[in-house]
Amino acid sequence: MSDHLRKPHDLGGLDDGPVDPSEHAHAPWEKRVDSIMRLVSDKKRRILTVDELRRGIEDLGPGIYDELSYYERWISSLTNVLIEKGVVSIDELGRKMSEVEARWTADREAGP
Amino acid sequence: MSDHTHDHPHPKQPDIEDAPFTRFQVMTEALAELLIEKDVVSADEFRAQLERMDAKSPADGARMVARAWVDPAFKERMLADVNAAAEELGLDAGHIPIRCVENTADVHNVIVCTLCSCYPRLLIGLPPDWYKSRAYRARTVKEPRAVLAEFGTEIADDVEVRVHDSTADLRYMVLPLRPAGTDGMGEADLAALVTRDSMIGVSRAKPAG
Repeated sequence: MSDHLRKPHDLGGLDDGPVDPSEHAHAPWEKRVDSIMRLVSDKKRRILTVDELRRGIEDLGPGIYDELSYYERWISSLTNVLIEKGVVSIDELGRKMSEVEARWTADREAGP
Repeated sequence: MSDHTHDHPHPKQPDIEDAPFTRFQVMTEALAELLIEKDVVSADEFRAQLERMDAKSPADGARMVARAWVDPAFKERMLADVNAAAEELGLDAGHIPIRCVENTADVHNVIVCTLCSCYPRLLIGLPPDWYKSRAYRARTVKEPRAVLAEFGTEIADDVEVRVHDSTADLRYMVLPLRPAGTDGMGEADLAALVTRDSMIGVSRAKPAG
């Protein structure tokens, strides 16, 4: 396949530098992203599948795909797909994000 | 702590206390809270899932490998159906089929997911970043011997290297070669030689002793 037909996730066979084998412990928020995915795709719920998550990641587009970290891609895709499916609405999400941001900012300013 | 109040359970604080939080962290928190408010998931299920995740390690996969080393009949069943073989040991390998490929004196198998990040995480634990990195995904199918050498795994020229590319619907695990000098070792001691990376073929099982 010629390289101009590749989507940004399709990396097999390209040239690249050495593999960086450093390990980082997953941040708590990354574990939360992972947990949300496990729960909405489990046998009880089956709201979305691994393939839908991946399709959402592949739809992020070349610039964004390369810029975001692994779990940043996941939460972006998860949120988009759940909006598409009507599980949450854009408005609800926007309101909730403002609320969370305000709360965290207030907590930070209040100090420990 | 601030003294504000809410009419809903107060979620955890941002993870990085001194760094500014990112919009992705805010999005994650917002989505989790919305799903709980809408009863899509309960707060208890969410907590339990986080705990299950923290408990995952390569230990389950290592137990299967050790059993396969000492019990040829189990090995045959594992090569035929990893998920069913896991169940025999009371382990949960998940519902996505996993295929086991066996390393021998003549064949060395290595696993990659070029398109995303499909590894048998219920058996080997959460994949590290580098399994999902651009360099590992791009190069492993093209120059596997060079990638393996970076990890200190030198493969002799007369040993065939087979690369398996996972998908969302079929995952792979490697049954590493049993190290020399381990005759008579018990299963628990053998399992301690089996590392996460040996189960995707990037390294070998640890030597005895």
